Amino acid sequence: MSGASSAFFRELKLAWSGGGGPALPVGFFAAASSLTPFAVGPDTETLQIAGPGVIWIALALASLLPMERLFQADLEDGTLDAYAGSGVALEGIAAAKTFAHWIATGIPLAVVAPILWIMLQGDPGAAPLVALASLIGSAAFFFFGSIGAALAAGVRRGGLLIALVTLPLYVPTMIFGAAALYAAAGGEDWSTPLMLTGAAALFGMASAPFAAAMALRTAID
Amino acid sequence: MLFEGLSFAVSGGEALELRGPNGSGKSTLLRILAGLTRQHAGTVKYAGPEDETLLHYLGHSDAVKPTETALEQARFWARYFGRTQDAATSAIERVGLSRRVDVPGRGLSAGQKRRLALTRLLIDPRPVWLLDEPTAALDVEGRGLVDTLVAEHRAGGGVVIAAIHGEGFAASRTLDLATLAGAGAIA
Repeated sequence: MSGASSAFFRELKLAWSGGGGPALPVGFFAAASSLTPFAVGPDTETLQIAGPGVIWIALALASLLPMERLFQADLEDGTLDAYAGSGVALEGIAAAKTFAHWIATGIPLAVVAPILWIMLQGDPGAAPLVALASLIGSAAFFFFGSIGAALAAGVRRGGLLIALVTLPLYVPTMIFGAAALYAAAGGEDWSTPLMLTGAAALFGMASAPFAAAMALRTAID
Repeated sequence: MLFEGLSFAVSGGEALELRGPNGSGKSTLLRILAGLTRQHAGTVKYAGPEDETLLHYLGHSDAVKPTETALEQARFWARYFGRTQDAATSAIERVGLSRRVDVPGRGLSAGQKRRLALTRLLIDPRPVWLLDEPTAALDVEGRGLVDTLVAEHRAGGGVVIAAIHGEGFAASRTLDLATLAGAGAIA
């Protein structure tokens, strides 16, 4: 085992150490969704209309939260220099780090999503689908987010920059993922929008590490 | 512009000390040599295979993670470089951190962090060492350690290029960047 794979396992451990990293996005996701009934009203029909969209927006914003620190800590403490000067491609490092953080945070988000779904009066029978869609959607959000994370790595309080860069990239995932949830809620065919969400995630996984590595090279220059 | 007309060659077993006041471009030159910073003009050539794995760059920052223990970090770099876990353990012993192996990075002093960074040089032997003020934050014994490591590395045919203040390495050449306002000079 060497290079990118060892960086993946290290990152997986680091994500959980030092203050329970995934707790913040998961807590944000749960809190944002839980507040919905107080804002739109508690009646079932309204919640069923608002619920899927709210869950998907909350998932996207929760996925943005870990992005600020994704590469920043490594840039500040010199780890990125050590990675870049070691002969292992930064593309691999960027992919490994993003993948590790998605495993560490995306899976807990997907576990919480069905609970929020039922809380917002969603059909309990569709709960497994919601978990699956959240898992796929968070992968897309994390990988597209890694581009913004790399661009803002050298910027103090780069959160706003990350949001500005990343949110447009989130749009396809936003449309297809929410469409899948609404289809599931309405008992319609959800497989097509879910597959398109998956396509967005795969596109992000395949392309984002290259863009992120390019940005990181500029950051350490 | 930091420097122009700079030209030098370093061959196996040699050490080159980069000297000059703060801001004269010692760190920048090392980062260019390491391929981290792109130079405006000019080329850097390494004899041998076209392969980045022939050099180690140790910058100002020690790349020490606050939450991982010293041993965990050395072991990570051993895995990262595709080396055995024994290499990590012996490197830790060599830099004098064997009694601090279970201490997380945040509990290490600046000198101990630097010693931990030095383990990377030992875990994966590579011919070219680019060191940016390697003895900064180190005590007298630590400086002795760096001197010994550099001497051993050179005895094995390795190259050391180091930005340095104060006492230098034995029998090394000096490149004074302060004199490089326009033309290159090497002593």
